[in-house]
Amino acid sequence: MQNDVIMAGFGGQGILLIGKILAYAGMHEGKEVSWLPSYGPEMRGGTANCTVVISDRPVGSPVIRSPRAVVAMNLPSLDKFEPDVRPGGLLLINSSLINRKAARDDLTVIEFPANQIANELGNRRGANMVALGVYLGATEAVSLEEVVEVVRETFAAKPGVIEINITALHRGHEIGAACAVGV
Amino acid sequence: MTKKLMKGSEAIGEAAVQAGCHLFFGYPITPQNEIPEYMSMRLPQVGGTFVQAESEVAASNMLYGAAGSGERVMTSSSSPGVSLMAEAISYLAGAELPVVIVNIMRAGPGLGGILPSQNDYLQSTKGMAHGDFRLLVLAPWSVQEAADLVQDAFDLADYYRNPVLILGDGLIGQMMEPVEFAEGREPIKELPPKDWAATGNDGSKPRSVINSLFLDPEELERHNYHLKEKYDRMERDEVRFETSGLDADYDLLVVAYGTVARVCSTAIEELADRGVKVGMVRPVSLFPYPYRAVREAARKAKAVLVVELSMGQMIEDVRLAIEGSKPLHFLNRTGGMLVSPDEVVDKIQAISEGSSQEVVHA
Repeated sequence: MQNDVIMAGFGGQGILLIGKILAYAGMHEGKEVSWLPSYGPEMRGGTANCTVVISDRPVGSPVIRSPRAVVAMNLPSLDKFEPDVRPGGLLLINSSLINRKAARDDLTVIEFPANQIANELGNRRGANMVALGVYLGATEAVSLEEVVEVVRETFAAKPGVIEINITALHRGHEIGAACAVGV
Repeated sequence: MTKKLMKGSEAIGEAAVQAGCHLFFGYPITPQNEIPEYMSMRLPQVGGTFVQAESEVAASNMLYGAAGSGERVMTSSSSPGVSLMAEAISYLAGAELPVVIVNIMRAGPGLGGILPSQNDYLQSTKGMAHGDFRLLVLAPWSVQEAADLVQDAFDLADYYRNPVLILGDGLIGQMMEPVEFAEGREPIKELPPKDWAATGNDGSKPRSVINSLFLDPEELERHNYHLKEKYDRMERDEVRFETSGLDADYDLLVVAYGTVARVCSTAIEELADRGVKVGMVRPVSLFPYPYRAVREAARKAKAVLVVELSMGQMIEDVRLAIEGSKPLHFLNRTGGMLVSPDEVVDKIQAISEGSSQEVVHA
């Protein structure tokens, strides 16, 4: 059993961070994990993406050309990675910043206004957590409880943001679970 | 000991500290800046010293001085930076100084790009710089193995009094994976005291001279034979490799090292599900090279496939190993592009269908 996902957006959206949180949580559950960032010659505000693999067995290739899931947080990311999703895979679209539909019809597509949801929760920077929640709800790649634990550890130095991020995670999880596909 | 999720670069730094390396001299270059960054944070905690030198040339000569005093010392760089260190590395080998050098390879030639590559294989294993010398070269395929090999590298460097090179690609430097450091690790070699080191002299013993200059040709020839004897012992005792799928029957043998071998292992698993049997040899030591393992594994195969992130460098050692006994095929990406499992699967299917062109040498 393997879950792999490419999470992509622009620099500053916290994409690499939610990838790390996912990998940490997988490791805490005793799974084999890898986290691989893009590290091209990007500048601040440019695109950022990471590939996370969570597996019951040692991770083979940490490079995934045809991921089981893609989380697209902005339009360039959707344009870049939509064609790569494995047929039958999962495509998560942040409809707050992406004003087009998925072009493919062989995927499970979940659209959710991550930024709008985060704003409504009073957590303007929490769109990434909403997206992570949706991914978890849809795939059960790792348990929500484990991810919440990791969020508590990650933000231990900033206790003020822990609960609002967990709320964002839960809100996303509800959306994802409603469309659960088990990819 | 619990597992920690670490970047390869950080794990390499921590492994060095745990191996007793308290001195680091380097100069920044992508994609390995997290190694000096980590060392600049970590070394002061253990009473060590981190120096960001004014250049790679300076850093590598600081390495020479520190190793000459008997300390465990490391530098890290990436391809163009390692080329700048090459002169000093020849001096280090000539003066028999134990150091650990990490090269997180990026795509070249020249300044090239910052993305992963394996294009320094020939430089590392055969032609780093002038003179008859060899580096012991170890190539990890995971963050855990990078950490383990760095710790072994310090023991091997001390044991052979020779520079040891850790050769990784950009993925090894940037990827995060769980890593575990064994407590109470014992050296993998019995290490004699460093009585050759220049540690100050009160007149009670002969002066220690750390030098690679031998103007007397007879003495230099003796020195070269002495060095060769060490390299022969490395070839006898330090060959490292891993194999998969060699116990069963297989039609094709894959030879790949570093993270490329992981990509291949994923492809081989996919092919196994379709009934295509493929074996693999993964060299871990690139010098000494596991010639015998490759030769013996090739016997059962109908063809051999080499996969590399270069225009074809390790393939020369595979040719030496199999000596024309089997058709040889090659799959590569360069420039910072990565080989994907799908490409390996397609190539292996092309080989079995007869539509892949053999590598032919005049």
